[in-house]
Amino acid sequence: MKYLALLFGLLSALPAVPAQAALKVFACEPEWGALTQELGGALVSVYSATMAQQDPHHIEARPSLLARTRNADLLICTGAGLEAGWLPVLLAQSGNAKVQTGQPGWFMATDGLALLEKPIKLDRAMGDVHAAGNPHIQQDPHMIAAVAQRLNQRLQQIDPANAATYQHNYDSFNQRWQVAMARWEREAAPLRGKLMVSHHKAFTYLYHWLGMTEVGTLEPLPGIDPSAQSLVTLLQQLKGKSVYAIVRAPYNDARASEWLHDHIGAPAVELPFTIGGESGTDNLFGFFDVTVKRLLEAH
Amino acid sequence: MRVTPILLGVLALPLPMAAHASTRSDVAQLRAELEAMRSSYESRIAQLEKRLAESEKKENALAQNREQTPPAYSAPVADAAVMQAPSAPTTDVMPKISLVLQGGYRAEKDIANRTPVGFLPASSDTGSKRGFSVDESELVLDANVDPYWKGHATFSIIDGAANVEEAWFQSLQLGDGLTAKGGRFLSNIGYLNNQHPHMWDFADAPLMYQVMFGDRLSQDGVQVTWLAPTDQYLEVGAEIGNGNAYPGTSHPGAGDWTVFAHTGGDVGISSNWRAGISYVQARADNRKGTINDLNDVSADTYFSGKSRAWLADFIWKWAPNGNNHNQYFKLQSEYFHRNEGGQLDCSNNLASGGSCVGLTDNYTSQQSGWYLQGVYQFMPRWRVGLRQDQLNVGTVDLSGNAAYLPATSYKPEKTSIMLDYSPSEFSRFRVQWAQDRSIQNLPDNVLTLQYIMSLGAHGAHTY
Ligand SMILES: [Zn+2]
Repeated sequence: MKYLALLFGLLSALPAVPAQAALKVFACEPEWGALTQELGGALVSVYSATMAQQDPHHIEARPSLLARTRNADLLICTGAGLEAGWLPVLLAQSGNAKVQTGQPGWFMATDGLALLEKPIKLDRAMGDVHAAGNPHIQQDPHMIAAVAQRLNQRLQQIDPANAATYQHNYDSFNQRWQVAMARWEREAAPLRGKLMVSHHKAFTYLYHWLGMTEVGTLEPLPGIDPSAQSLVTLLQQLKGKSVYAIVRAPYNDARASEWLHDHIGAPAVELPFTIGGESGTDNLFGFFDVTVKRLLEAH
Repeated sequence: MRVTPILLGVLALPLPMAAHASTRSDVAQLRAELEAMRSSYESRIAQLEKRLAESEKKENALAQNREQTPPAYSAPVADAAVMQAPSAPTTDVMPKISLVLQGGYRAEKDIANRTPVGFLPASSDTGSKRGFSVDESELVLDANVDPYWKGHATFSIIDGAANVEEAWFQSLQLGDGLTAKGGRFLSNIGYLNNQHPHMWDFADAPLMYQVMFGDRLSQDGVQVTWLAPTDQYLEVGAEIGNGNAYPGTSHPGAGDWTVFAHTGGDVGISSNWRAGISYVQARADNRKGTINDLNDVSADTYFSGKSRAWLADFIWKWAPNGNNHNQYFKLQSEYFHRNEGGQLDCSNNLASGGSCVGLTDNYTSQQSGWYLQGVYQFMPRWRVGLRQDQLNVGTVDLSGNAAYLPATSYKPEKTSIMLDYSPSEFSRFRVQWAQDRSIQNLPDNVLTLQYIMSLGAHGAHTY
């Protein structure tokens, strides 16, 4: 028992972390980190748990993430089951009361939004379907705008002393965002009605926003990797359809989309999917600039 | 046990906090309801706007307006058919339920006491399980109890017997990095100890765990852990339990306690690691273990005394860009050192041709062991693994019982290779071949075919 007392004694003697003015934000995905940065500016210090090369469905609850969750004042994630495989472990083991489910420090971007593709029937025979609906909302800037509105309120609630600054940052961001959205929509007008193939159902909101139609996915079922057989089936399914592009995220294996490109001729395009996915996407504006440009330049 | 009052004190902490947290959660709930109302209005407004936009579009078309303006955006609205469908069980009000089915086929020699030589075994006989078999099915339930506690239960079910593997509650609102757990749980010592068999990378536990805990150390008691407020991961914790499980035995009061510390972090974006050190002390009263005596006849031994062990664990994981979908590698190793001291009784087995006369005499041992394993996913769905197990019988002083029980300097070891294939995240098939030299003069080649099927809720896995 002496060891135990000694251990706790030693640890409590560790220098206390200097009081930091900045709100510590743990973002599950880079897009929410970037949005919090836009609204928080110098008032927040943002840590992103994942990066564009990583699949947010499959992240390990590794030690560094536990340490960051323990110290967070605000946890911002997509929600809707996207992080079901790792976030519960981080929350349960963090010992951080502020970011537990339902607390002000717990913010799920998809909360209160109408999600597309909510399944009528849940059966794993249909793959690893997102039970709450498609969570990949960051592909639609209108969704980002809706999240920004809620996040502004939440930041003011957590840090009321700086409410005016958050409001000011939000107004500035929203104004620039509305202008940018109008520009993207103008630029992307030629994409309307185009037929698309995606690796995973990760671009549903992008298609919805720009009026494109998904005619197939490389994954035979959500979360199931493409196989030689499933690709041949897809090829048959696409017969007679004029596919505009085959899109994938940076973390998807390129081989399946390249194979399909070789067989149907439509270009295989890697879209940023999130912040940092391609060069020039280090903020939300760049993210959509590059996404729209990549799609327009596909042909 | 001087630690008991401290632990009880920590467990009592959440009570004064409850009132405060409850008003906070009321506010949060009201806010959530308001937000839900607003979003429902917003979606209705969006629908109206959509209809408005559509009629405007028609008017524009009638006006032969050829100007290229993008059509108005319509916010995503879940369509009516879907809205009418029963809502999907995504709310966490109901416990998340999952069921794991495991079983397979094993080919090995028929050996009664399959215990590494020179170690006093866990009383539960790990005898041969040859041919086809269904292993324990695991039923797991998990949910938040309320804003302050989380609850979890794991039942293992096989042939008319259901065991409570885990049944615990855990604090959510202590804060400051503190977490308390009470009930029956798998001890947090080492690395592999708190993982259930379906999470193992091999079909069986390393020899080290078999001889130390009879596969794993389970606690009926309380656990407190504390995470340091640093960016470097540092966790320390302690447990106190009734010590009923091997290496302890059931007796009134607190029987065993543990302390552990783990640290870890990232190296670049592709690698991360964790290392730890743990100590466990247990008390045994007439702990039964069946071994073969000098005449090679089965003999029941009873140990009473103290069992103390140190464990060190290390794991390193690598995946290109931290994306483990296509490829990853993990290297894992644990080491233990245990000393036991007390009295050993070898009960009289002369009638069955054995050598024991029923003598109780002093017993001390200092023993150690380790395993080292690597698992490589070389392409999506496919993994290979190699594990080396090694035990060191060390120094065993049997005193008077040396006349009846064998002494050995043999080093039990085992080499296993495995290949597994996972059609999806929820199913896995494995083939494992092991050269088992844990019993002197009885080397064995063990072939195992195994399946693991996970049904139901998406389980979140620990590191
Ligand atoms: Zn998805």
